[in-house]
Amino acid sequence: MSYRMVGFLAGAALAVTGVTGVAVAADGPNDAQIAHIAYTAGNLDVEAGKQALAKSHNKTVRAFAEEMVRDHTAVNDKALALVKKLKVTPQDNPTSQALNKGAKAELDKLAKLNGAAFDRAYIANEVAYHKTVNGALAKTLIPNAHNAELKSLLETGLTLFKEHQAHAEQIAKTVK
Amino acid sequence: MRLRRTPLYVASAGVLLLAAWPAAAAPHTYTFVMDKLKFGAVPTGLHKGDTLVFINKDMFKHSATATDGHSFDVDLAPGSAKKMVLTKTGTFPFICRYHPNMRGVLVIK
Repeated sequence: MSYRMVGFLAGAALAVTGVTGVAVAADGPNDAQIAHIAYTAGNLDVEAGKQALAKSHNKTVRAFAEEMVRDHTAVNDKALALVKKLKVTPQDNPTSQALNKGAKAELDKLAKLNGAAFDRAYIANEVAYHKTVNGALAKTLIPNAHNAELKSLLETGLTLFKEHQAHAEQIAKTVK
Repeated sequence: MRLRRTPLYVASAGVLLLAAWPAAAAPHTYTFVMDKLKFGAVPTGLHKGDTLVFINKDMFKHSATATDGHSFDVDLAPGSAKKMVLTKTGTFPFICRYHPNMRGVLVIK
């Protein structure tokens, strides 16, 4: 793992927590690391969605959270089936660790909020998080993926993250 | 004999076809596919009485929800299909309620 990759990851983690980080282009994670990063990114959004379902009473926010849990679980199930088929063991790496760390901080922050304040913060973070992951998928993960099936699944993941970002941006205008 | 009869047969078939023409609104069945978070091409030439089969090939749940809020709302689990009989004419923009960037327009005449 190169330092430049770590630099990129740190940038992603900062953006997740709402601070603008300077993303540095990665040298290139391998497929096992890419699979781990993509799975982690999806899983963290599932966790955020579950937190929202436990805390929010807003119908629109809850429907969105359900969508996040459902869609990201669907992609991750496909990802697990694919790595099994390819006999690849997803490999932990600094990007995944940075994503986990950033998401943990966000979960802790949101845990202290309630009602409309929670809804606003959750949706705002969903916009920021999806934007960050979109960037990582488009600039780093997809270009570096070697296996065609993995690349194709990542491309579906990118379409999904973009769709979710647009949906979150739409909801952000109504949750005030 | 056979040679003579054949033109007659064709001619009567032609008459039959013409006779049936005004009622030619025999309902058709069309398909509409959703995959990879995209709506496929919406069939054209739809008429009242036709059947539209929605096919969700995606790994995600989708819907075809009329944006007028009441005309139709078809929910499709991943890998499922549902039929809808077109019971009224008009132009109906629709979206996937879960992925609102998925948009289409049904035109029924």
